Amino acid sequence: MNAPPKAITGPSTFLDDRLGAGSFLKRNLRKIFPDHWSFLLGEIALYSFIILLLTGTFLTFWFKPSMGEVTYFGSYRELYGVRMSEAYQSALHISFDVRGGLLIRQIHHWAALMFVVGMMAHMLRVFFTGAYRKPRELNWLIGVILLTLALLEGLTGYSLPDDLLSGAGLRITEGVMLSIPVIGTYLAFFLFGGEYPGHDVISRFYTIHILLIPGILLALISAHLILMWVQKHTQMAGKDRTERNVVGAPFYPAFMAKSGAFFLFTFGVVALLGTFAQINPIWLFGPYNPANISAGSQPDWYMGFLEGALRIMPPWEINFLDHTLTLSVLIPALVPLGILMTGLALYPFIEQWVTGDRREHHFAERPRNNPHRTSIGISSITFYGILWLLGANDLISANFHIDLYTTTLIGRVVIFVGPAIAYWATYRICIGLQRKDAEVLSHGVESGVIKRMPSGEYIEVHTPAAEDIAEHIRGKHEIPVLESAEDGEGIPPKSARTPLGRLRTKMSAAYGTDHVPLGDGHVHGEHEEAHEDEHAAVGAGEHKQLH
Amino acid sequence: MIGTGNSVNSITARRRHPLARVAVVTLALGLLGGGYALAGPNGGAADAAIASGKADDVAQGKSLFVAHCASCHGLNAEGTAKAPTLVGVGAAAVDFQVSTGRMPAADAGPQAPRKPRADWADDQAVSDLAAYVQSLGGGPTRPAAEEVDPAKGDPGKGGELFRANCIQCHNFVGAGGALTYGKYAPPLNPATPTQIYEAMVTGPQAMPVFNDSTITPEQKRDMIAYITNVREQTDPGGSGLGRVGPVTEGLVAWVVGLSLLILASIWITAKKRRAKA
Repeated sequence: MNAPPKAITGPSTFLDDRLGAGSFLKRNLRKIFPDHWSFLLGEIALYSFIILLLTGTFLTFWFKPSMGEVTYFGSYRELYGVRMSEAYQSALHISFDVRGGLLIRQIHHWAALMFVVGMMAHMLRVFFTGAYRKPRELNWLIGVILLTLALLEGLTGYSLPDDLLSGAGLRITEGVMLSIPVIGTYLAFFLFGGEYPGHDVISRFYTIHILLIPGILLALISAHLILMWVQKHTQMAGKDRTERNVVGAPFYPAFMAKSGAFFLFTFGVVALLGTFAQINPIWLFGPYNPANISAGSQPDWYMGFLEGALRIMPPWEINFLDHTLTLSVLIPALVPLGILMTGLALYPFIEQWVTGDRREHHFAERPRNNPHRTSIGISSITFYGILWLLGANDLISANFHIDLYTTTLIGRVVIFVGPAIAYWATYRICIGLQRKDAEVLSHGVESGVIKRMPSGEYIEVHTPAAEDIAEHIRGKHEIPVLESAEDGEGIPPKSARTPLGRLRTKMSAAYGTDHVPLGDGHVHGEHEEAHEDEHAAVGAGEHKQLH
Repeated sequence: MIGTGNSVNSITARRRHPLARVAVVTLALGLLGGGYALAGPNGGAADAAIASGKADDVAQGKSLFVAHCASCHGLNAEGTAKAPTLVGVGAAAVDFQVSTGRMPAADAGPQAPRKPRADWADDQAVSDLAAYVQSLGGGPTRPAAEEVDPAKGDPGKGGELFRANCIQCHNFVGAGGALTYGKYAPPLNPATPTQIYEAMVTGPQAMPVFNDSTITPEQKRDMIAYITNVREQTDPGGSGLGRVGPVTEGLVAWVVGLSLLILASIWITAKKRRAKA
């Protein structure tokens, strides 16, 4: 090998002697990352965030976060001479009079949508593969906080241009605050600096949107990545993979190249969307005026489930001691969000409590191998999805010619029935897939070769599954079940005697019991069993004779 | 007097005839009734129609009405259990309903949809029909061409009125929206300026009436200018995605954005480093 030129060795030795960078890099550049497409979902969010920081900075150069009233004399003809806030005027100015302004605005907004899309897709991947299990619970919690902050960041950003649609969102925000018992009015007056809409909220949201939340996001995303780096990424089960190793490509150069390419892909997709698909056309909405509201007023997609909850809620209200408790706003605003976010945050700990599993896990589980978790996940997705869908019930009604009230009534039923059906269906599908796995291991896969037996009967020859597939299937690990066996005198262990303890034991048995053990191939029907010997006798090598 | 006295006598004699009084009263009543019939309100309309050469229109309109409308609205437009009376709805209502194809209605749904005009309903037929219904009891008339000329309106002012009065049902660009009980606010894109004007003054179906004291004719023209300008503009940001707000944007983010990125991630991770021999 040729020695590197002195121009490079000089400064690098200087730095290395003082920072110890060499050994740090040597250690970390060789970090191994496992390869699976679903492990890149989180990077969609990461790279969207970077795009958001860059495009957002561009927008701040022209945006004026002020609610002072001005008359528009810009180049958009249909609003010429209309009175509006300075914030809206500057957003129009960015869209029509700043070179590249509309493109950057649209990329910013599409990146915001993809940021939350990426986060959610990533979160679902982590959930369904159980990658939140010990030792990664804290990183999961950071993720839940990141998601919550992203929703807030989206809400504040959506409100900034002060167009009619953002004002409608702000009005709902105010309504939700007012519905909070006792302190609601104070909270709303505090946020808006007096009576709604006031003159302060845009500048306050601006600070929150460009400084406070992005700062926290940046810090938490760094912590998220560092923890992932230190704890190492989970991997799928497979050949030569154990709980103590990671099989994949080193960070430098292979993973870095892939990751860099994926950044370019993300940027490319967001830029394509920003170029060809119009988003948030504020000039069509018009300036905000509390007296106006448009049909089809919806929030950005990640707030859609709250909108749907509000739309299907019956008009319940309690009057108590001259105070009104507006349940029709309070419940839809807080309950679905509370169920989902609290459920997400607590799930790793609830699962540990139910299974009593205190081991470390470094394998990503296949969703089918933990059927109850997968069912809970799909059930939650159904709950979320129904609310989300009903957030657009007016568009569904108008485009599919279903009566508006019918959509509401259906929604009120389906929101309870749907998740239950989804749970049941998912559970059956998981068990079915497990059976299929067991069959592949015990019988191999269909070869497409039909053989006639000496007795005249026809059978299909099965060949053993390929090694990598078989290893992948064998990666199934049992889920621990709490010890519930009564001792010799019929007394259950102390922990299982309270009502909660009994419930816990029952849940544990349901959660962990493996109904389809992979075993040694004795989980099949009678018909197949009869041919066990023939299958064994017809080896993989005999194909050629039959062709 | 000779030669004529006879006849004088005979006239006098007839005057004194017992039935003369009856004849005179009959004649007087006949003249009064006939005169009133000619000079009264209905007669005035007929006179005006004759004067402006529209008598034929009214007659034509009546025969069209009897052929195509009377089965629901009654032979004299008095209304039936199936459909309301058309006395007093005016020519504007007829022009709007028939020129947009809503009438004659195809079936009795919650709302008559816009559809292609009936075969017989060319401009002349619609005009005759409108003249006939107008002759029944007045009502809003059709606007003159310059009253609905978008070029003469101020879109800025019209936009403000449009946002204050229309978009809660018709959406911010007039893309339409849902109402209750199967009704809906139709999209404004296919409506001509005249039809938009007529809809405002007559309030068809679920729509309220915006008469001239609520919104002046000049303001209506401003609104028409805004509506037609906005629907004709090229979306500066690319595809408008139906111009219905964030719902389609979210759909595109999930379906197009996420699908493309998942394809990219599958492609990237499918490239494995070749093991060294």
